[in-house]
Amino acid sequence: MLDKLRLSLGPCQYFWPRTELERFYADVADSPVDIVYLGETVCAKRREFRPEDWAGLGRELRAAGKEVVLSTLTLLESRSEMGMLRRLCENGEFLVEANDVAAIQLMQQLGIPFVTGPSVNIYNAATLGIYRQLGLQRWVMPLELDRRALTGILEATGPNRPETEIFAHGRLPLAWSARCFTARYHDLPKDHCGLRCMEHPEGLSVETQEGDRFLTINGIQTQSGRICNLLPHWRDLRAAGADILRLSPRPRGTTALLHAVANAFAGDGKALASVDAETAETCDGYWFGEPGMHRHHEVTMGDARR
Amino acid sequence: MELVCPAGSLPALSAAVDAGADTIYAGLRNATNARHFVGLNFSAERLAEGIAYAHGRGRRVLLAINTYPGPHGWSQWTSAIDQAADLGVNGIIVADPGVLEYAARTYPRLDRHLSVQASATSVEALTFYREQFGIRRAVLPRVLSLAQVTQLAENSPVELEVFGFGSLCIMAEGRCFLSSYVTGESPNTCGACSPAAHVRWEEQGNGTLETRLNGALIDRFQDGERAGYPTLCKGRFHVGGRMGHILEEPTSLNTLDLLPELHTAGITAVKLEGRQRSPGYVAQVTAVWRAAINACTDNPRGYRSAWSWQEALADLSEGSQTTLGAYHRPWQ
Repeated sequence: MLDKLRLSLGPCQYFWPRTELERFYADVADSPVDIVYLGETVCAKRREFRPEDWAGLGRELRAAGKEVVLSTLTLLESRSEMGMLRRLCENGEFLVEANDVAAIQLMQQLGIPFVTGPSVNIYNAATLGIYRQLGLQRWVMPLELDRRALTGILEATGPNRPETEIFAHGRLPLAWSARCFTARYHDLPKDHCGLRCMEHPEGLSVETQEGDRFLTINGIQTQSGRICNLLPHWRDLRAAGADILRLSPRPRGTTALLHAVANAFAGDGKALASVDAETAETCDGYWFGEPGMHRHHEVTMGDARR
Repeated sequence: MELVCPAGSLPALSAAVDAGADTIYAGLRNATNARHFVGLNFSAERLAEGIAYAHGRGRRVLLAINTYPGPHGWSQWTSAIDQAADLGVNGIIVADPGVLEYAARTYPRLDRHLSVQASATSVEALTFYREQFGIRRAVLPRVLSLAQVTQLAENSPVELEVFGFGSLCIMAEGRCFLSSYVTGESPNTCGACSPAAHVRWEEQGNGTLETRLNGALIDRFQDGERAGYPTLCKGRFHVGGRMGHILEEPTSLNTLDLLPELHTAGITAVKLEGRQRSPGYVAQVTAVWRAAINACTDNPRGYRSAWSWQEALADLSEGSQTTLGAYHRPWQ
């Protein structure tokens, strides 16, 4: 008998004003989400919430019955960022999601369990086993792996497996650079960027010269243009070994989506209909071993007509 | 400083040796390395010939086994490690922790270098790989500024190698999924970015040329404009009301001017990118860098990059442009 599939909310990838973060997470506290990841994973200059603010918010969410995990910065470049990382890993209250091997190193030295985020490269059972021995409690599968890779890794891992979490809804964090593309767009040097990311609560849309939505720029991060949506396949993800499905915060509709998914998990077959209505901008190719931007169900629908 | 040069074929390998490379890095003819292109790389027999040529002249050969095996291809990667040991290469360049662990356990005396694909940017990450897998050296990703490289070198537990010249990856290597998002194939899984099998060049009636990657329009060139390969981060796209190279222009990394600083910082080796390039290219770039490193080692304070070197490298660069990339803070 499989355990119940749980629902998580990933770290907010965007730079929102403090009041917006407070409003957003107040709604999250009242939502049916099981696990909430908090913290800044993209740019150390985004400080509307400081580390103590995230911890304070974490305590409130925990009081509301949520499991809270603090997420680390993904691309670490300076000693000051390492200092922030060290304090986060030593917080003593919350589990930490490592988004870089440096965070794994700190936590295995401290002897505390950890979670790995989607940018830690775990592509096979040997690697998963190494991190497991060092304290890995849960892993978020790398974005470009497919169903076949997941089942292969879990089969080879056997019963002593960590919890498996899959990025199931939101814009995919595809790349990280030293260069800030938002500052470049505004013709500003990175060191004097004016924190312009705040003007783009869901990043900047990048389109091809034919007008196709292609990518999204979000500071030093490049995201998918389309919204990854594996939610209609949630039973298949569960069957393949997923314990937790992750939704990535968006400025609008996130809590409504959390309710819809929880209802779907509880057996409401029509709960995800409103999510399906969004198909024009979604993709799910990675899960099916196709280019990430593809929409697999379109292909199968085409096949069915033939 | 050690000069580490690329070879995608036996003629390129011997060209690099003849032009003054200290070390040559190569890959096997399969998905185990990050330059898995059609017609490129080495069979075991050709690699044995290359190793004999290099060793006969006192040079070293490294084998890049630096992609990430999935659960179904695992034995191909361990067999590549076995081949490296059998052939007597001087070291292997690896990114995947599972593969590193296999190599450390099976061939403890075979030098292990951490590939740029592992994207280690801190003392803590380098320490992790040294403590867990006994790496001797790490290749740094092209995301750090010169000041950050210098600071890292002061405290690094392992030898450091940096990129000196060649195609510029603007994303942290090993953490970029742009290529698989569009084509299904990425450097991590297949050893290729924006792979040629997905590229289409389409002449339009009005004289424009369009380049596509798996159907997505990457760039459109007017008559007379120099058309580049559609590496997807170097295309022209729309953002807001603007159109242009919103991520990066077609340009090559060139750090010839930073050699004295890298030397003073204690960087062990400089690496040239370009296993997909011709033997002629490898010979020219290697010769320039050999001369530059010799000049820098002889007299670090008096070093200045020669105009003829810069001119030669610009001619060999993408879009005839070069940049200091992330080493130079304003680029970021």
